[in-house]
Amino acid sequence: MPDIDIRKIITAVEETFHEGGPRADIPHRKAAITAVIANPFAGRYEADIKGFMEDLRPLGLRMARQLLTLLGGDPARIEGYGKGAIVGAAGELEHGALWHVPGGYAMREVLGDTRAIVPSTKKVGGVGARLDVPVTHINASYVRSHFDAMEVGCNDAPKASELALVLVMTTGARVHARVGGLAAGDITGEDGLR
Amino acid sequence: MIADIRKLAVWVEETHAEMGQAVSPPTRKAVAVAVIANPFAGRFEPDLTLLMNIGEDLGALLGQRCVQALGIAPAQAESYGKAAMVGEAGELEHAAAILHPKLGGPLRLAVEKGAALVASSKKIGGPGQVLDVPLGHKDAAFVRSHFDAIEVRLNDAPRAAEIMVAVAVTDSGRPLPRVGGLTKDQVQGRDGLR
Repeated sequence: MPDIDIRKIITAVEETFHEGGPRADIPHRKAAITAVIANPFAGRYEADIKGFMEDLRPLGLRMARQLLTLLGGDPARIEGYGKGAIVGAAGELEHGALWHVPGGYAMREVLGDTRAIVPSTKKVGGVGARLDVPVTHINASYVRSHFDAMEVGCNDAPKASELALVLVMTTGARVHARVGGLAAGDITGEDGLR
Repeated sequence: MIADIRKLAVWVEETHAEMGQAVSPPTRKAVAVAVIANPFAGRFEPDLTLLMNIGEDLGALLGQRCVQALGIAPAQAESYGKAAMVGEAGELEHAAAILHPKLGGPLRLAVEKGAALVASSKKIGGPGQVLDVPLGHKDAAFVRSHFDAIEVRLNDAPRAAEIMVAVAVTDSGRPLPRVGGLTKDQVQGRDGLR
């Protein structure tokens, strides 16, 4: 099994106090962590790639823990999450799909048995590519106030033979959420949807 | 804080390897950004004192945010820089008023010392536009290993009547410096140059 060869770790934290409306008592916070790693399958078609998911598990856990720390360290404060990957041009989209399991389950483990699927996106891109990482509520995907996204990217990554793997967490609803739908206070949180 | 801050964002980049060469310890750069309302958007205001005072507040806030994000003591900061991007309803001079008269003093307190000029850049721009923040050694501008920059970008800023103000701080120079010049060990740190 190949080692994970990390070139860069990038963190981003955004606090939004208002967006033209009333100032929030507690600012809405989003954080992202991106690991830029070597793609062990770059430049060739490799039929069996599943083993790399296992290799990525420790990295996923480390990233999820660091992300939680960036948002204050209390899992109870985290209300939204998402994940994504940008595959450098010498790789294929399927390599990005390797991040689904280790990225998603790392956040679930760190946040403690969350119910909702972790929304995700992925693409092949070059250095400076931006990725809009979708975000939804951690326990009920239909919570409308928590539908959100966070843009990530880095000017020098991913190079052709690299993968940029991303996790995102947020502390709550959009800062001026007011379009109705299922409210976070009304979820049953059993099926991960409502 | 006299500024109307809509958003704060902080990024940290760690470089663990470059061209297959391990970088140990990793080089680390932080950049903190405030998105504020431009009090003079849409009109010509001869007296820019208010923006100068806002710059003073932001020098402290953003400098401290960077140092905090790097998890270092202020004295461990090695280089710094500043930049501003003014939304289209403002003018370039608004960036100058924030950056040049008063921002440097409190920033220097946040990084302890800071004999050197704080490298800067400014521009007019819109949401999602890139701002490159130049970096130079905080005590001796001629330290060649610390000439660098960090890119920042926020998808939703600056709106027309906003200003995006950035301060960057590092605890290191470029990952693999080897173009000679004054080194950080040779710094006298009295005149801000050598």
